[in-house]
Amino acid sequence: MSEDHQLRVSKIRNGTVIDHVNGGQALNVLAILGIDGSEGEELSVGMNVPSDRLARKDIVKVEGRELSQDEVDVLSLIAPDATINIVREYEVVEKHRVERPDVVEAVLSCPNPGCITTEGEPVTSRFEVLEDGVRCSYCGTIVRESIASMIDT
Amino acid sequence: MRHDHLITSKQLSRSDVETVLDRAAEIDADPVAVADRHAGTLLGLLFFEPSTRTKMSFETAMKRLGGDVVDMGAVESSSVTKGETLADTVRVIEGYADALVLRHPKQGSATMASEFVDVPLLNAGDGAGHHPTQTLLDLYTIRKNAGLDDLTIGIMGDLKYGRTVHSLAYALTNFDARQHFISPESLQLPREVVYDLHQAGNGSGVREHESLEDVLPSLDVLYVTRIQRERFPDESEYQKVAGEYQIDLETLERASDDLTVMHPLPRVDEIAPEIDDTEYAAYFEQAHNGVPVRMALLDLFLSANGGGADE
Ligand SMILES: [Zn+2]
Repeated sequence: MSEDHQLRVSKIRNGTVIDHVNGGQALNVLAILGIDGSEGEELSVGMNVPSDRLARKDIVKVEGRELSQDEVDVLSLIAPDATINIVREYEVVEKHRVERPDVVEAVLSCPNPGCITTEGEPVTSRFEVLEDGVRCSYCGTIVRESIASMIDT
Repeated sequence: MRHDHLITSKQLSRSDVETVLDRAAEIDADPVAVADRHAGTLLGLLFFEPSTRTKMSFETAMKRLGGDVVDMGAVESSSVTKGETLADTVRVIEGYADALVLRHPKQGSATMASEFVDVPLLNAGDGAGHHPTQTLLDLYTIRKNAGLDDLTIGIMGDLKYGRTVHSLAYALTNFDARQHFISPESLQLPREVVYDLHQAGNGSGVREHESLEDVLPSLDVLYVTRIQRERFPDESEYQKVAGEYQIDLETLERASDDLTVMHPLPRVDEIAPEIDDTEYAAYFEQAHNGVPVRMALLDLFLSANGGGADE
């Protein structure tokens, strides 16, 4: 990546850079992480930046927060190629990929109107992660496409 | 059996199924021997949608084991109409009863309810989801009439919405059965169910057809289900389609003499009454088998080693 592209999103001092997010998914990444800026977090979001690996990619930088592997693995559902960079004093000290978790809880809402989880019950949504989609642990509905639209916001 | 609750037939291994069926056969042979076995036990009945048959069958089963039932009654007269959640309802009724039976219109309701209670919970139907006690009585009937080994079964009718069908198909994957699914294209098995049947390693044993004709001669069991009027946009379309999935003695001319015909009942006109008095018909016996099978289940779940430890 050239210096020119780097400049589109400012560097951070301490925190997490989520790179190689599929183009257009940055806001969904923030929604999944439950970050909306309302708590004063310093955020930079670059969208549809030219990329070598993806035609267009998004970048999300979160200042002052080191995201754990568990927190970022759920991103694999919408951004399977994402890379996570932990930054301290402007240096990348850790770099890793997102891995598909076995289960995601309290992130997605079930699209099946006949599902008990859509009924105002005191229940946390839970989906098993399949090779090519997710499956509601309650009603068994499998979703393969537009998983981003199920993000519980 | 090492389960806390009975939610879906998917949770049952071959040995679980055999444990239940063996126990049911013992009870069937000598019901008097268990007449006081669960004296003083109370079974809580929570039926959020009407199902007189299933409810009576559970009530009979509990009483024949020496116990009794407490019944939530009709939803209209209960606190549900005041907006109480299912999670709250089951936690309250749990305090009255030693085990619970739940029927609820929402899929996944039994799974969710079971997470809120410590007593055994038996799913008696959760919307379009599962109905495992029906499956076990179906398996019991199949075993008695045709045997579960080397079985070729045809399952016909509404395969899309029929939860009894889905539950039965999952359970049969334990037995290497050859399963033929016969339905109009619009009422085929949901893709989720097909996916699961393949996951269960039984993909090669699953075949889908639009007509009964070709597979009929090979069948040991023909399991017929009702095609409901409300699945079709208009009456004439319904009549046309439903007519192709009805059977009478003429239809069965090409069947094996040993064919067993089953139906979860109630039927409308899927099976002509002329079949009732033939050797083929097993559907009334199937309905009666609900009692010994539910007695066996209650006995296993209420006994210390049946409902105790988790898997
Ligand atoms: Zn669901």
